[in-house]
Amino acid sequence: MAEPTGATALGTPADDTVPRRTSPRGYWTNVAKRLRRDKLTLFFALLLALVFLSAIFAPWLAPADPYATSMLKRLTPIGTPGYPLGADELGRDMLTRLLYGGRLSLLMGILPVVNATVAGCILGLIAGFFGGRVNMAIMRAMDVFYAFPSVLLAIAIAGALGAGVVNTIVSLTVVFIPPITRITESVTTRIRKQDFVEAARATGAGNLSLIRVHVLGNVLAPVLIYASSLVSISIILAAGLSFLGLGATPPEPEWGLMLNTLRDAIFVSPWVAVVPGVMIFITSMSFNMLSDGLRHAMDVRM
Amino acid sequence: MTAYVIRRFLYAIPIALGVAVIIFSLVHIAPGDPLSALVPADAPSSVVERLRRDYGMDRPVPAQFVLWLGRTLSGDLGVSIATGRPVAGELTRAVANTLLLAVCASLIGFPLGILLGGVAGYFNGRAIDRIATATAITGVSVPHYWLGMLLVIVFSVELNLLPAMGMGPGGSSAWSWDWTHLRHLVLPAVTLSVIPMGIVTRTVRATVAEIMNEDFVEALRAKGMRESQVVRHVAKNAAPTALAVIGLQLGYLLGGSILVEVVFAWPGTGFMLNTAIIRRDLPLLQGTILVLSMFFVLVNLLVDILQTMLDPRMQRA
Repeated sequence: MAEPTGATALGTPADDTVPRRTSPRGYWTNVAKRLRRDKLTLFFALLLALVFLSAIFAPWLAPADPYATSMLKRLTPIGTPGYPLGADELGRDMLTRLLYGGRLSLLMGILPVVNATVAGCILGLIAGFFGGRVNMAIMRAMDVFYAFPSVLLAIAIAGALGAGVVNTIVSLTVVFIPPITRITESVTTRIRKQDFVEAARATGAGNLSLIRVHVLGNVLAPVLIYASSLVSISIILAAGLSFLGLGATPPEPEWGLMLNTLRDAIFVSPWVAVVPGVMIFITSMSFNMLSDGLRHAMDVRM
Repeated sequence: MTAYVIRRFLYAIPIALGVAVIIFSLVHIAPGDPLSALVPADAPSSVVERLRRDYGMDRPVPAQFVLWLGRTLSGDLGVSIATGRPVAGELTRAVANTLLLAVCASLIGFPLGILLGGVAGYFNGRAIDRIATATAITGVSVPHYWLGMLLVIVFSVELNLLPAMGMGPGGSSAWSWDWTHLRHLVLPAVTLSVIPMGIVTRTVRATVAEIMNEDFVEALRAKGMRESQVVRHVAKNAAPTALAVIGLQLGYLLGGSILVEVVFAWPGTGFMLNTAIIRRDLPLLQGTILVLSMFFVLVNLLVDILQTMLDPRMQRA
């Protein structure tokens, strides 16, 4: 678990000489300095930025219409003039669909983690801060969700709700709430027992301001780092649900769904069929590397 | 110890009950009348009403849950809508096939992960550590269903070495331990082993690196112990953590094999789940998920007990 940022001097011995109140700014300067030196993380951050930009600006970048089919161009191989990445099983331009596909794939991968972070943080703060029975009730409920392998829980909920982008986001959100709640709860419980919280309470601070000023600041770093490590899994799972026919619905361009519909073509035009997976791989890998780099730079241990 | 085992068993009961509640409610979060999934759309309303009474669906939801739980505990998982056969019967063979795949994937992934993670943690920061870490990150980042497709393209389509799908020649699902059948197992097992390999590597690496930094390692070396003996001490200390992550991953393999089974048309629980999803066969979906998650609860229980036996300091509620 992370050291509470407000209560420790971080890193270099020089920190001991500066007054305590400037230490938060010193911390973020240190983080930025460490990140600048970490070339590998910067490379993957750049790669991720490119993926995002290509998805956002898809309508301006794409050479063709993502929905325009052409029976003549079905499964055109990679490198054909006019079709740099080939064409899919309905003759749609692969490059165009990859660019557009990033929009849904990124949304379906990232939004569940964002939702779950907000919900899990609130639940974890309540459980950790108030302890006792409230803690019991919330954490035991989370234990039940922990009793499912995450893939299975996502498939169970999405399978019952049926296909659709919203249903995928809902089911993945449910999957990620318990781990985030657990992390938040354990950090909050530890912070709550520290002297500086007790001191603040003694000076008359109410529960809300205690949470906002003293607990949240210390909880946020480890929780955000942990949440960032979930994005990679979320991207793979969201595309995986589409791959099973549970996420995005045809003819929407989405990487997992594209893999699914191209699966039958692997004996005809194998290398066109694997192209969407490259995008899922690059995105998930970048998020993993970025999360690792951030954890290192922020000196957060779990 | 005995008291702990009993306590841990008792604790698993409410968890299992909670799991049952979630699985029961799957049918109720599904859009539409739960009965509409059971009967064809053109069934006369008198038949629908009779079925509603027979299934107890005219009663309040808690009463329905108790009825369902009673049926489930007696081994009646309902009837598959698609095939009309009892779900429990359909599941038996599928569970065996999934177990076969999961165990083979474990036999590839776990030793590899322990080896890579151990070496990386021991040589913390050196080149070999970076290679092992990079392998592990790639392993956890790769969409395994896509990796499966890649392997099929390389080894089945291009090289024509291994079969692309099924678990036996001609799509038969009868298993026997000979090369014609084992050939079918290679690609799915390798594909499925990649994620646990990556996760085990990362956990073991972190644990070993942490132990290597502890004072007792320094002390062992200072008193002149041979390095091979030091390694033995480190391994012993890392074992409980390694075991915990392996146990969890074994459970994940059972549930996580669905995508791999779909790619390779492996006739296990995952393939069955996929069929249930496509045909919106809710009883089949419910039954499969129930069996798999109960397996997972059981595996977790065994891991906790084993872990405590290895390291009594870990005794938790």
